[in-house]
Amino acid sequence: MDMWLWVLAAAAACYALKLLGYLLPKSLLDRPWVPSLAAALTVGLLSSLVVANTVSKGQGLVLDSRLLGLGAAAVALKLKAPYIVVVIVGGAATAAGRSAGLP
Amino acid sequence: MPRLTPAVRSGLSIAIAVGIYGVSFGALGVAAGLSVAQTCALSLLMFTGGSQFAFVGVIAGGGTGLSALTAATLLGLRNGVYGMQLEAMLRPKRTMAPVYAQFTIDESMANATAQETPDEQSRGFWTAGLGVFVMWNTFTLVGALAGNAMGDPARWGLDGAACAAFLGLLWPRLHGRDPIAIAVVCAVATIVCIPLTPPGLPIIIAAVVAAAVWASQHRRAA
Repeated sequence: MDMWLWVLAAAAACYALKLLGYLLPKSLLDRPWVPSLAAALTVGLLSSLVVANTVSKGQGLVLDSRLLGLGAAAVALKLKAPYIVVVIVGGAATAAGRSAGLP
Repeated sequence: MPRLTPAVRSGLSIAIAVGIYGVSFGALGVAAGLSVAQTCALSLLMFTGGSQFAFVGVIAGGGTGLSALTAATLLGLRNGVYGMQLEAMLRPKRTMAPVYAQFTIDESMANATAQETPDEQSRGFWTAGLGVFVMWNTFTLVGALAGNAMGDPARWGLDGAACAAFLGLLWPRLHGRDPIAIAVVCAVATIVCIPLTPPGLPIIIAAVVAAAVWASQHRRAA
């Protein structure tokens, strides 16, 4: 039940940000730092999410088959594979590592 | 039936391509411990892929609901900027703004911006926005049901698929030195913070670090 509250609150917060953009005075757009800071936050958060999802286990750092998945995904991206292929390749490489006995 | 103008055509192909990866979001949502209904609610109501992945990514790592909400909200800031740009471009009626807002995402923004005339910009926004909405929600449900049937997510490498999903979102944003520097510093900050702080918090700290690096880059430029 608790999780429902967080799901709905987070959805409401994300929607409010979208709507706020339509309601704020347009003069904000003349300040180039607004889109620039939003872009910087997006890059920083995504980079952190990549790392946290790859090497964390609770509060510990571990190296396991997820790293194989990340490496395979990077190769797929380098080869300009479509997004869905990148995700599948990452999952498949991780699963392959586990079935080969890696952690 | 709308004419198949270039904006409509590109909007529909974006909808098909993007919608299908709703499967991966659905599967990752239930793997993180959310119910099928909660996973689908995120796609219906939050409807912004990056924030949705962030929310389930934090939960999957054992983070609190508050950390998940904060990460999702910070990633959603860029949609506010899109809203400002689309308001200036499409000039919706004030009363229609809440409807436009729901369909304001990376793809509808990109497809509107890619067009030259106001009519095409509007068609570009709506075909991509509505098209992705229908496909994304349909395939989220498919993925959530499949994920539920798959059992242990680690055996199928779903945790590795999540890393790939985030890398795929990050990759196209790494143009030039400044974003790459931000990505590297935030990655290092995250590794340092993981053993020191509760799960979920390293991602929030990385956002603060990103803002600090951005500020120093701008001081240098000024």
